[in-house]
Amino acid sequence: MKKLNQTSPVPYSRIYSLGAARGEISVSNDDVAGPIDSSDEWIRQRTGIITRKRAGNSTSLMDMSVKAAKEAIEKSKVNPAEIDAVILATISFPYQTPSGATLLAELVGAESAAAYDISAACAGYCYGIAQADSLVRSGTARYVLVVGAEKLSDFISPTDRSISFLLGDGAGAAVVGPSDHPGISKTVWGSDGGNWDKVGMTGSLIDFRDGKTPWPTLIQEGQSVFRWAVWEMVKVAKEALEASGLQPEDLSALVTHQANVRIIDEFAKQLGLPESVVVAKDIVDTGNTSAASIPLAMHRLLAEGQVKSGGYALQIGFGAGLAYAAQVVELP
Amino acid sequence: MALSEQDVLAGLAELVNDETGIAADAVQMDKSFTDDLDIDSISMMTIVVNAEDKFGVKIPDEEVKNLITVADAVKYITANQG
Repeated sequence: MKKLNQTSPVPYSRIYSLGAARGEISVSNDDVAGPIDSSDEWIRQRTGIITRKRAGNSTSLMDMSVKAAKEAIEKSKVNPAEIDAVILATISFPYQTPSGATLLAELVGAESAAAYDISAACAGYCYGIAQADSLVRSGTARYVLVVGAEKLSDFISPTDRSISFLLGDGAGAAVVGPSDHPGISKTVWGSDGGNWDKVGMTGSLIDFRDGKTPWPTLIQEGQSVFRWAVWEMVKVAKEALEASGLQPEDLSALVTHQANVRIIDEFAKQLGLPESVVVAKDIVDTGNTSAASIPLAMHRLLAEGQVKSGGYALQIGFGAGLAYAAQVVELP
Repeated sequence: MALSEQDVLAGLAELVNDETGIAADAVQMDKSFTDDLDIDSISMMTIVVNAEDKFGVKIPDEEVKNLITVADAVKYITANQG
């Protein structure tokens, strides 16, 4: 009997580069406070957000994805034609089908790449990195483009006090490829469908079509989510750090999903990191951009020189699903 | 040994002080967490989680909504402490 060929694994993978794109409009707290009977002070105190970046009508989720992806590809020095897979993590691409990833692949020159979207909300980028790591190390793909992108402003309600006023628009991209040393640790990930309704939409598209609900927008049970996002997710972060073989003092940065500064601060406190670890807070003037928030925050830390290439960052995404994923990555 | 309501009140007041800086003696049974003590929902949840640790009690999310006054919390914790 003939022997079957199977892919040859490669030992390690890493993130080669990042790219970023944010909505072009800065929306202040005063701009969003009126319809929720709030104020700049109230929003700053409860969320830490000062402004959020949103995209105008002429800027699409795909526009931001392409911009971020092109930056990452250029920095990686990888020929886009050699990218074997494109993964787009998003909850706000406005078509049920086809996927956004196939169009993105075409627009960045990765024409024949395998391409698909993943729906894991604020955990989507870390899910994508987990998949890219596996695809590269298994030998299934040599280079993988991972993009987390959202235009959440299409799915918000000005009068919603639970989440809409937190949200922004943007895209973050990473190119993942083979490495001569470990660059992405074991991903600790999972879901909790028992709390499926804690973060989600006000209705389904079918209900909207049938006139049973207004245009569906995002909504959350903030207090429950806060408890889960801090005390449950800190356990996941600790597990990911332990799996990486590193100690807290070995980290350069903590890059959590940029959900709310209060969550980030309590998360860092509960994790007990030394002061040398930079805690990413891109949310302060970008807002919560769901799947885009982690690569945007990491890109900024590098661009501002707050961390150096070659250091380690613990990244953790968590959100609607509920879904979560964490891993330690070498900073590109 | 089960704590008395007075013990729980004193412990809870410490937790409120740790989280918000509100003087412990301002945390009285008849005070509302939101209206009188001006504690927001995120601080409230932090106090709840810390109270679970301190008193060995589970306070589910759906129960947190019913803890309007300090007395509500003290009575719940006293009745459910481990």
